Amino acid sequence: MDIVETKPKGRLCSICNQNRAALKRPKTLEQICKDCFYEVFEEEIHRVIVDNQLFKSGERIAIGASGGKDSTVLAYVMSELNHRHNYGLDLFLLSVDEGITGYRDDSLETVKRNEIQYGLALKVVSYKELYGWTMDEIVKLIGLKNNCTFCGVFRRQALDRGAALLKVDKLVTGHNADDIAETVLLNILRGDIARLSRCTSITTGEDGPIPRCKPFKYTYEKEIVIYPFCCIMVFISCLFFSALLVFSLPHKPCYLFDFIFYAYITSENLNLLFTYAYFKRLDYFSTECIYSPNAYRGFAREFIKDLERIRPRAILDIIKSGEDFRISMYTKMPEQSNCERCGYISSQKWCKACVLLEGLNRGLPKLGIGRSRDLNNEQNKIIKQGNETRSIQSKQCGTLDF
Amino acid sequence: MQLTLEFGGGLELLCDSVKIHQVNVDPQDGEKKLTMKQLLGWVRSNLIKERPEMFMKGDSVRPGVLVLVNDCDWELSGQLDTTLDEKDVVVFISTLHGG
Repeated sequence: MDIVETKPKGRLCSICNQNRAALKRPKTLEQICKDCFYEVFEEEIHRVIVDNQLFKSGERIAIGASGGKDSTVLAYVMSELNHRHNYGLDLFLLSVDEGITGYRDDSLETVKRNEIQYGLALKVVSYKELYGWTMDEIVKLIGLKNNCTFCGVFRRQALDRGAALLKVDKLVTGHNADDIAETVLLNILRGDIARLSRCTSITTGEDGPIPRCKPFKYTYEKEIVIYPFCCIMVFISCLFFSALLVFSLPHKPCYLFDFIFYAYITSENLNLLFTYAYFKRLDYFSTECIYSPNAYRGFAREFIKDLERIRPRAILDIIKSGEDFRISMYTKMPEQSNCERCGYISSQKWCKACVLLEGLNRGLPKLGIGRSRDLNNEQNKIIKQGNETRSIQSKQCGTLDF
Repeated sequence: MQLTLEFGGGLELLCDSVKIHQVNVDPQDGEKKLTMKQLLGWVRSNLIKERPEMFMKGDSVRPGVLVLVNDCDWELSGQLDTTLDEKDVVVFISTLHGG
């Protein structure tokens, strides 16, 4: 335990030994200053990208951007590293509009500002145009139970379809170490062997049309949240100057954008772009999905945070355990084929999105949700479920080798 | 003692959606310095209007809530034992929201 008599003014950064330490890295427990953190954070992600050969020069890459903290920091870091280390990538922002009033419409505004700030082209695909339903309409029909199932299934496909429209080679998402540890636990709790075996891979879907990768796989959420804070001190004087400029302008409604814009032009340092993320904090930190309070994931999330408090490395350890699971060769895995209706990759006759959509359109929204017993009164589902049950029963539960 | 408290990451929703609060908090009787522990108790009874369990767990913040005292991670200053001075800035950010 740390016993500190006074404020840590004397405590110096363990890397540069010059500045006052500003945070304790959960990964290493090192106490480092803002400047060093900023550098270590970016270089670590660069190492992950290089060591795992995530990209090849000349590739077109879509960044899944929700306007939230992870994807905003990802978009910034990706464009920064692309410049600094000459990755030679063409970067795009890809957003999904689920149609959630008061949540997604606000965060999309944020992404639109990202588009201008980072100079990256933005593509927005909406549930309404892809499926004919907004999440608002779905929730009105089915209530707050299982709504996250619809949203999750639809989003996954929407991102793929958006990526196909952008003709990109890969899709990067802002999933961080905490998210992946949660997913490992969830897949264990659900007994989902197939997902358990792939959820820790840094790149997935390499056999499919658009592989996905997660450059933040080893990045702690705490650091992603703090990252925008650290940059502010570096550029505080420029900001002050920009503030003076902006607040003297007449059109207040978009002062945030102007603020950033002037902050940008008043500095020759490209890093000043980051001031944007700091101020975006005003937008993105408050965007909690209004429909999510019942999500199962929340419990796993809380458990992970409890573990992190006791022992921060627990998060990386869970990821490592997930990676080290070896699924027995004899385990029957669902076979991947294509949905007969829409052609999307699926282990069933119809993909999950088509089943859910069919339920919505026929006024039977429970279709495709939960276990077979919920669907007993659904004629053609019984046939389908019959197959499913059989395949689950015939599936050996898998000896898990470590 | 004058302090600036800032809530982010959805925590502001627990205190009437106000992010920045200028407050006056004095050390408890007999104590010379105000500690984070006392401040948390004060915030809980004076600023948090709903769902206090989203902010605190036991006598500390809920795991997943980051605390910065003058832009410095409170894990470096002794967490609950951190002492506060006049005009200090304390930031609370929840990381329990979507990304």
